Amino acid sequence: LSRIGDELYLEPTESGLSLRAVNSSRSAFASFLFAPLFFQLYEPGGPAPDTERFRCKVHMKSFLGIFRSLPSLEKSVGKCLILLKPRASRLVLQLHCKYGVTKTHNLAFQECERLQAVFDTRSCSSRLCAPARVLADAVVHFPLTLAEVTLGTGPGGKISLRNYMEDEAEPSKTMMTELCLAEDEFQSVAVSPGSRITFCLKEFRGLLTFAEASNLPLTIHFDEPGRPVVFTLDDTVLEVHLVLATLSDLESDSQPAPTNGVSHLPAPPDDFADDLESYMAALETSTYEGATGRPPSPTFPLHSPRTGQSDPEEGEEDEDGAVPGTPPHKKFRSLFFGSVLTPGGPGLAPTQEVLAEDSDGE
Amino acid sequence: MRFRAKIVDLACLNHFSRVVNTIARLARTCTLRLTVSKLYFILSDKVANGGVSMWCELCQGNFFDEFQMEGVAAEHNEIYLELVPENLSRALKTAQNAKAVKIKLTNKHCPCLRVAVELPSLSSSSRTVTHDIPVGVIPRRLWNDFREPSVPDFDVSIYLPVLKTMKSVVERMKNLSNVIVIEANLNGEMNLKIETDLVSVTTHFKDLGNPPWASEDGCQSSAQGRDLESMAEARIDIKKLQQLLAGQQVNPTKALCNIVSKRIVHFILLHEDVSLQYFIPALA
Repeated sequence: LSRIGDELYLEPTESGLSLRAVNSSRSAFASFLFAPLFFQLYEPGGPAPDTERFRCKVHMKSFLGIFRSLPSLEKSVGKCLILLKPRASRLVLQLHCKYGVTKTHNLAFQECERLQAVFDTRSCSSRLCAPARVLADAVVHFPLTLAEVTLGTGPGGKISLRNYMEDEAEPSKTMMTELCLAEDEFQSVAVSPGSRITFCLKEFRGLLTFAEASNLPLTIHFDEPGRPVVFTLDDTVLEVHLVLATLSDLESDSQPAPTNGVSHLPAPPDDFADDLESYMAALETSTYEGATGRPPSPTFPLHSPRTGQSDPEEGEEDEDGAVPGTPPHKKFRSLFFGSVLTPGGPGLAPTQEVLAEDSDGE
Repeated sequence: MRFRAKIVDLACLNHFSRVVNTIARLARTCTLRLTVSKLYFILSDKVANGGVSMWCELCQGNFFDEFQMEGVAAEHNEIYLELVPENLSRALKTAQNAKAVKIKLTNKHCPCLRVAVELPSLSSSSRTVTHDIPVGVIPRRLWNDFREPSVPDFDVSIYLPVLKTMKSVVERMKNLSNVIVIEANLNGEMNLKIETDLVSVTTHFKDLGNPPWASEDGCQSSAQGRDLESMAEARIDIKKLQQLLAGQQVNPTKALCNIVSKRIVHFILLHEDVSLQYFIPALA
């Protein structure tokens, strides 16, 4: 969750404790729902059955800091108690450790609206399910700095994963990597022919790390380009959703790709492309600019910092870390966020792109 | 003009990857020359490179199980390509346990070296990863720029100390100075020196041995008749030396350098099936 956003949203519900995060450009959302059975004791709280459940958000870093060193935690901590104290405005995390030591952390929280991205996996036309290992092994072939990948049907009925080249990048200078996975590497494949979506790798990698560690199969639900892609992990006590925006505009797609609608193309015969006679002829006869007269050299592409718009409502700058997350690129449609408000509050149409957190506006 | 090659043996693949990794550390872009029997990675001494040049030669038979090359013309049966070795290095990096790696020159949208890696998978068919590395085809009229450099008329030729030791010495010196002096004599002694306002550090190596160079016409170069104790020296950019040493992933069978006093240092690193020559010019 920390790979996605800086704030951790906690929402205790009847069906379990939900932890959520969203990124600043509203193009990535994740939720982890821990069923009551996951806990030794689970009391969602609230004296009367229909009082509004308490929701809050805390700083991700503060929360993570408590669980800093997993190996030492596993050795020393017997129990962990999480308590929400609304009147004291504190989220209490108490670690009961060996030798009678108790560490109590009081985190300040902010009340917030319900964070929920609007998506429906049932309405997605395509679905893939694979062991996390297969996908993790696939993703390893792409450089860590790569921002986006395109997932779709490839030649020969395979599933292909390809690095996405931005419009500004020159095809003659960028290295293209494509990985093809056979259908039988997946546990289930139900994809519409010719379908392709482009999404950001960073958050996906984060989910893959979790999935691999917990040995759960990963299901990918997707639809047309532009509609969000949903990654899910399912377990008896845990339900994970990662929702990423996808690139909507494919007209300027400069990649050599099979045309839409034809998914089972055999690998195109490319013997003719292997003989560069005509290319050489052109090379020998044409004239070049420049002192050495050499054809333009391919240079290793530098990842140019994103010049996307910053979220106007937040007024934040997109953190330009070494690895870009899902960017506020104008072609990525932000996820739709529904805002669930108590009656009487200011009405926000569910299709608003902004999550309004108005902690003192009620 | 066609090129197709295939590596099936894992040891050969790892060996080739290591060579490419070394080249990638030494040059951002370089020229790949393909002939019927050999591959060459060449960097010619342009000002942009800081005057360094490199010549690396491999026998294709030692690496490839299949190798087919048709040059630009029958009497010029060679191919010269300009590429970014880092791309090739990256493509080979995740091929560590591949079943086969095929490299092919194609021209779908622009000339590319297509590296197709066939990986084992749990399913019936293998997994394939394809990397299209854009290359520039160098026309025949420019091939003269890439001729093999001749061994300079050196003052001293000496075997290098154990590269690992030399590397750690140079790395520490790099923190103190941008320039290093290499000096050596025909008595098997070499010194690496740095000098700044605050500190000067010298590391002495001895008993290194001097390679015997027999020249073709029987007479020696300017090394003949030279006083054994007299040092030939050159001031070079320490980063270039550090890059050369850091790029070596395997200990060479033979490592030596030829020093032309105040002009250039010529390094020769020989492995069983790869030879690497690297020239670092002396600073003014």
